[in-house]
Amino acid sequence: MIKTRGIKFDYNNQVFFEFPDIEIKTKENLLIIGNSGIGKTTLLHLLAGLLESKSGSIELFGKEISNLNSYQLDTFRGENIGIVFQRSHFVNSLTVKENLELAQFIANKKDNNRIDTILKSLGILDKSDKKTNQLSQGEKQRASIALAIVNSPKLILADEPTSSLDDENCDRVIKLLKKQASEFNAQLIVITHDNRLKKHFKKSIKL
Amino acid sequence: MNIFKLSIKNIISKPLNSILSLALLILGIGIISLLLQLNSLIKTQMDNNLKGIDMVVGAKGSPLQLILSAVYHIDSPTGNISVEDAEEIKNNRMVGSSIDLLYGDNYKGYRIVGTEDKFLDLYNAKIKDGKKWNAPFEVVVGAKIYSKLNINLDDELVSSHGLRETGESHVNQSFKVVGLLEPSNSVVDQLIITSPQSIWDLHDEHDHDDEDHEEHHDDEDHDEHEHDHDDEDHDEHEHDHDDEDHDEHEHGDKEITAMLIKFKSPMNIIQFPRQINENTNLQAAVPSYEISRLFKLFGFGIETLTYLAYLIILVSGFSLFINLFNSMRERKYEMALIRTLGASRSQLSVMVIFESLILTISGFLLGLLVSRLGVMFVSSLMEESLNYSLSSLYILNEEFWLLGLSILIGLISSLIPAIQVYKMNISEILADE
Repeated sequence: MIKTRGIKFDYNNQVFFEFPDIEIKTKENLLIIGNSGIGKTTLLHLLAGLLESKSGSIELFGKEISNLNSYQLDTFRGENIGIVFQRSHFVNSLTVKENLELAQFIANKKDNNRIDTILKSLGILDKSDKKTNQLSQGEKQRASIALAIVNSPKLILADEPTSSLDDENCDRVIKLLKKQASEFNAQLIVITHDNRLKKHFKKSIKL
Repeated sequence: MNIFKLSIKNIISKPLNSILSLALLILGIGIISLLLQLNSLIKTQMDNNLKGIDMVVGAKGSPLQLILSAVYHIDSPTGNISVEDAEEIKNNRMVGSSIDLLYGDNYKGYRIVGTEDKFLDLYNAKIKDGKKWNAPFEVVVGAKIYSKLNINLDDELVSSHGLRETGESHVNQSFKVVGLLEPSNSVVDQLIITSPQSIWDLHDEHDHDDEDHEEHHDDEDHDEHEHDHDDEDHDEHEHDHDDEDHDEHEHGDKEITAMLIKFKSPMNIIQFPRQINENTNLQAAVPSYEISRLFKLFGFGIETLTYLAYLIILVSGFSLFINLFNSMRERKYEMALIRTLGASRSQLSVMVIFESLILTISGFLLGLLVSRLGVMFVSSLMEESLNYSLSSLYILNEEFWLLGLSILIGLISSLIPAIQVYKMNISEILADE
């Protein structure tokens, strides 16, 4: 259950954003679509608790996240939210597997079997001991999905996961995300300006 | 995986980033630790050899030279003094005990000392194999010498004149090894010890062919003749006539090189040496005073070098700060990622501090290692030129202080980067991509 009411945000009183209310039930996915500069990333950061909204409420799985302090928010995010960024980020000094182990350590959920399960499901098990900068672009994207879902989040937030991809790869990535979300019982919210994704989602909001 | 392991992986994955700061720190710590070690080792070594010696009496010259030659056996003697003059001092009521020393010859660079039995007791040196020297030309050999030159009992040693190996050899006469000493961790380890008579005998034969002959006609000899009128000396005179050093006796008397003296009361250390220096043609020097003077001279150099080393450590801290600061900027996306995975601000700050501390503590350990290698190196140099060696693997108290300093440098250098990471705005960084 994800519910927002009257979220507003501004950067230094200069750029103002007002976001439509969102409400999705358990097992539902959502596509949020909008053009550049309309505050897509801001909304994603608000939902992830990386930014604090100036007014309104954000309720994730029964918890009002604007009431949490910085430390509680970090813990809540680690336990419940996985984020897939437009560009893949990793800790470069670590291998793929070590990155996943680090994520587990931070969320206090050590489970080596799960790492192998996820890597296998994403088809990159043989890359687990590679440094992340040795991966191909496609492998990097898979690895970053692995990083987002390794701690069994209830919500996966994806920021422009397909914007730089051709049609074929766009299709492949969004299917992969949806498959992983349902396989590991997570809800998926994708924020994008990419209209090609509309056909993959039953529910969508336009900013 | 945990934060500490992550810090280590971060350092290892980009070794070039931290190598300069680390090298500077190793250099700084290494220099200070080496100076501390050498200072303490030389002091202990010097003090060890100083026990039981309140005053040294020898020929006029530099007091420091007298101490270095008579106590530490690392300098040339100032000259010789006559047995009569030495006797006079021995008979003074302030003198508790005394030991005669005769030196000026060597075997392969190791000094041969003619002395009394008491000499061994002074350094607590014990015979390991064989017996003490007794008859002329019997010698006992110090631990370092026999193990290094592979000398055994009953070996014959041919000595050379002077204190260098290159001196003229006393080919006519050789010494016989009758005893080997246990290691005593004092100067005795690097000496070959025999009776005074051996040295006298050796040089009587030797001096015949020498121009030394003329020297004995000098004013010194005139003094001797006057002395000879005394009864005491007369007896000795007769006695010596029966000895083989017939010729020597006609020209003068026996000489010794120096005399180690222990007072009856420590109070005498102030007055007695001055009396000797002012009223006789002998020189008296107080080892503890001369050595502390020597250390004061060294001290200035050591102090300068120490300040330089602290400066290097300071620069290493600054370099460490810059490299952490840059590395955090380079890795800002990584940091943001780790935060989105649920890490708290303080966990990231701890990671930065760990990275800094791992570097400074390994710098400290490597610095200590370097200083130990330095001690070995200096020791081998001293061994070569002075037949002296040092060794120690102890950690000094001051070195624990250096560990504290390294940790402090690590904390201070990482302070600003850690705060920077703590205050990082992850949303802004991630929106920036």
